[in-house]
This record gives sequence, structure tokens and C-alpha cells, in this order.
Amino acid sequence: MKPAAALADTAPLAPAGAPGLPSDAPPRIDLLRIASWIAPGSRVLDLGCADGHLLAYLQQTRQVTGAGVEIDDQRVIAAVRRGVRVIQQNLEEGLALFGDQQFDTVVLSQTLQSMHHTEHILREMARVARYGIVSFPNFGYWPHGWSILRGRMPVNDQMPYQWYDTPNIHLCTLRDFQLLAGQLGLRITHLATFRGETEIHWLRGWRSMLAVYRFESPLGRQG
Amino acid sequence: MTAIALPPDTAAAPAAARPPVPPGSVGYVSPQFLSFDEPLTLASGQVLPSYTLAVETYGQLNDQRSNAVLVCHALNASHHVAGMDAEHPEQIGWWDNMVGPGKAVDTDRFFVIGINNLGSCFGSTGPTTINPDTGRPWGASFPLLTVEDWVHAQARVADHFGIERFAAVMGGSLGGMQALSWAITCPERVGDCVVVASTARLTAQNIAFNEVARRAILTDPDFRGGDYGDQGVVPVNGLSVARMVGHITYQSDEVMASKFGRAQRAPGPTGDYRYNYDVEFEVESYLRHQGEKFSRYFDANTYLLLTRALDYFDPARAHGGDLARALSPAQARFLLVSFSTDWRFAPEHSREIVRALLKNQREVTYAEIDAPHGHDAFLLGDVRYHAIVQGYYDQIARRLDLGERRQTTGVLA
Repeated sequence: MKPAAALADTAPLAPAGAPGLPSDAPPRIDLLRIASWIAPGSRVLDLGCADGHLLAYLQQTRQVTGAGVEIDDQRVIAAVRRGVRVIQQNLEEGLALFGDQQFDTVVLSQTLQSMHHTEHILREMARVARYGIVSFPNFGYWPHGWSILRGRMPVNDQMPYQWYDTPNIHLCTLRDFQLLAGQLGLRITHLATFRGETEIHWLRGWRSMLAVYRFESPLGRQG
Repeated sequence: MTAIALPPDTAAAPAAARPPVPPGSVGYVSPQFLSFDEPLTLASGQVLPSYTLAVETYGQLNDQRSNAVLVCHALNASHHVAGMDAEHPEQIGWWDNMVGPGKAVDTDRFFVIGINNLGSCFGSTGPTTINPDTGRPWGASFPLLTVEDWVHAQARVADHFGIERFAAVMGGSLGGMQALSWAITCPERVGDCVVVASTARLTAQNIAFNEVARRAILTDPDFRGGDYGDQGVVPVNGLSVARMVGHITYQSDEVMASKFGRAQRAPGPTGDYRYNYDVEFEVESYLRHQGEKFSRYFDANTYLLLTRALDYFDPARAHGGDLARALSPAQARFLLVSFSTDWRFAPEHSREIVRALLKNQREVTYAEIDAPHGHDAFLLGDVRYHAIVQGYYDQIARRLDLGERRQTTGVLA
């Protein structure tokens, strides 16, 4: 697996308090990076869009046509109040509402690790959009190993759960994900890794807590 | 087109005797009756030379005429969407929890129009009104109508008010079909289309229930081939049974179980059954009551006509069953809402519409409310449902520069 290159397109993002997010904190660093990977004016599907903050930001700063998918009632209401298009459904049921290559980019932010049907959702992402972006906590973060050596499951800001109450049922390392992506024919175009608000550039497999990948769908390449 | 003046105030109940107007209500309202003399060609090929529609409005139409919302009604409802009827204050509008100052559809900012469908029996031209050619009630000779016919008839009401484009067209159930049809039939006249607990076509099971209801009416000896009006009778039993069947399909098993369970109406001294066919269980009493009440105010020919219009609705039919192609003329943004326990128009019906709209790259929002009340949920006050509709309309208001919400009343207060 070749290491993913840094992205050439690093258009500056609007500062905190940008139009459309008057009362909101600025997007987290990983979301800003995701936004920078999305072409202006493109069609974006955000899976697990929560209150629609990323889509609202993308609509304001990159003029995307967006739709979100969310299951939680209160989050759907919050997204509607923001003026974000949202489809209420359970992601585990797949993306049958969406046609092949209906979007330019599909985003799955910090949700992959809690899904039952990991391979299925990745295949579905590759079906509905040319580019996919996924982020997940990096289980290879070295203090996790230290924690396990001390006999305890790791608990930290990125994974603040005990082993018995965690929704994270499919944790993986960077290399684990890259292997699966390869098996599914997903061509990784970009990788960014973070620890908190800091971007990690070297020894990222050990030193990062959050990985963000962008990949191209085999269907998109054919088109 | 001529507008008949509102009934003079003297015709209404004296103000002193009226109950006070609750907060969030549009207050006392009276219908107006709009008459259209230009012939209307119907889907069946028949031509209606002229017709009258009963209409109520709430709120103020702004100078740009950009803030109008058309609310379409379902099977047994009318133009009386909100507020208290001036002559019969106990008659509250059927969607009063949704429409009013500070409610989800906020009449502080929107001008809301309710129209009694052509062919219905609450003041619009239909089987109970006089056929000018014969001087007698239309009865069974009133032409059958389709949802598209209703849209064409309603479009003239929009023309009357000088409304080129509705901020939104909205409806639940059969009303949702009309909203959907508006978006297809008059795409440039619909800004947003709000479709609640509805469908783009009835299933065989849906049609089957309608057929049972119609057979109940048609086989009632008092139906007299539809000319019961001339003969001074009403097919009360047929109408009652039709309503009972309908009512069952509007509720979920869960709600009926919790409301009635197996409770007995008047059990014997030791809780014994009565061993006869009178009302034994509470649910029977309830259904009979609903049926009898309905038969006193609803017209049998109208019920036949409305259920048939439901059956016929199938915009995809002319496109080889391809709903996306049928919806391709639509320009509106869409909000669809369904309810998990609605088995009359189950969520899958709404999802099919969502799928087609997404395929067409239309902007669509879809909420699937996990509510226990079955199909009737669209008339009830589920907080999540109202919050979605409120949030959606507030966005419409923002886009149209209608100002911010001044108050929140009703379900969300």
C-alpha cells in the first residue's frame, strides 16, 4: 500500500464565525480537512450527518449541494433547522435510497468503527459516489499498546468508552484499513492524521489518534 | 369567476356568546365561496361547465404574494383547516394544531389557504349540489374526478388571489397526493412541497379496503343507485360501515390495543359475555359511534368519488411505472414525513418517493417518525413531527424574507 500523498488543494477555509455558523465553534481540524477535499459546487452525501454542521459549512463555504443521512430524531430536527437536507434512516440498512454515482463525494465521519456492516457500508459508499471520505480512531496509537500491556483496554478522548459500553465494535489501525480498502478496490488518494487539534505528519500509524482517508471508487474510475 | 360575499356578521353567533380564542388559534373564521364559470375538462373527458369551491384563508397575503401556503385535505376533511367556525364555534379546523399564529405553519408570516375539494360535500360543487342542467342535485351523475382534476380546479383559486407561486403546497394522506400532483402538474407554481403520510400510488391492499367501503355503500338498499337525495333517504348503514373500515386502517394495532384492549362494554354481573351480537366490546361501541357520526355529516356519493380518486392516483402510470420520470417536471424542494406504525401508507411508500426525487437530483428532506398512532399520526401532535415541519417552514420563511418567528404556540410551546 503506497502512503497517501498530502493534498495539493488546501484552499484556505473560512475563519470561525463564518456566515451560516454564527453561533457555532469553528469546525474541528479533521472536518476542515475533509472540507478541503471536497470540490466547490459538487454533490455531497454526509452519512451520520448529526446536526448537519459539516454540510451547513460546506454549503456556505464551498457551495455544495448536500444531503445528510441521520437516524436520531433530535439531530434530524437540528439539521432541518439549519437548512440542511437530511434523510432519516439507519445506515446499517444500507444506502438503497441512493442511486449509483448520485454524488461526487460521500462522507462517513467517525462512524465506521461503530457499524456492524463495515464492508457493506464501504461498498455502498463506493457505489453512490466517486469519492469517499472516512475517518475513524486509530487503534494503532502507541499508548493503546501501552495500556494493553498494563492489562487495560485503552480509554482516551478519541475513544472515551469502557470496554463494556463502547459503541466502537470494529476498531482498526491505519494499515488494517488500507488492506480492506485494497480488497474492496478503493484507491486511496489522501490521508490525514491527527492527535487532538494537531496534524501528525511522521510515524502517523503510531502517533495519530484519528485517521481521515479519501478514496476513489472503482466505479468512479471507470466513469 | 365571482366571489360570493361572506355571510354578514349577523349570521354568525353573537360575539358575546363565543368562547374566547385560545392562544395560537387563527380565531373565528368563515368560508368564502368562489365560483368559476370557465368550463373544466376532467381526466375522464367530461366537462364541468362551472363550479364553486369553498375556501378559507388565514393570515395575510403579502404585497409580493410570495407567502401563500395551500393546505390540501384528506378524505373526510374540508376547507376548514384552522380556527373556530364563526357559526359553529365548536367546529375546530382539522389541522388546527399545525396552522396558526406561532404554530409550525405560522400564520404570522404565511397566508394559508384551505379549499374544499371539488366533488366534496362541504360547500364545493359536488354530488350534493344542484346540477344547473337539471335543477336537481347531481347525485350519482356527478362526474368522477382525479387528483389532477383537483389540482386544476385549485389552480384557479390561486389565480383568484393573484398567487403565481405558492411558498408551499402541503397535505397529508390524500392531501399529500394533491401536493405531489401540484409539484408535477404546476411545477413553476410550487416552491416547496410537503407530503405527509402519503403515497405515489395505492397498493392492492389499499384499493381493497376502498372497495369494501364502496361495496358497503353501493349495496345499502337506501343508496337507490345514488339518487337517495331525491328520495329523502340516506344510506346510513353503508356509510357507517365504510367509515368503520376506514377508521380501522387509520389506527395501529398498538393504539387500538391500548385504547380498548378487550374491554367489555357492559359485562354481566360477573364479567360474563352477553352471548348476542349487540355491542360486546368497547372497540365495537367506538367504531359504531364513529360510523354513525360520519353518516350524519358525510355524503355517500362523495365518499365513493373520493375513494375512487385515491385508487386512480398513479402519476408513474403514464411513464411505464417509473416514478422518477413522472416526477421529473417537479422543480420544488420536498419535505416528506412518514410514521413507523402507519400501515395504510407505510414508510416504504414515502421512501419510494424520496428515492425517485433523489434520482432526479431534487432537494429532499425525509423524516420517519417512530410514533405509535398509525396513519392518524399526521393529524396528531407528535412533538418531533411538528418540530420538523416548524423547522422546515422557518427555513422557507428565511429564504423568502418573511421575517423570523415571533412566537411559538401549540404543540411546541
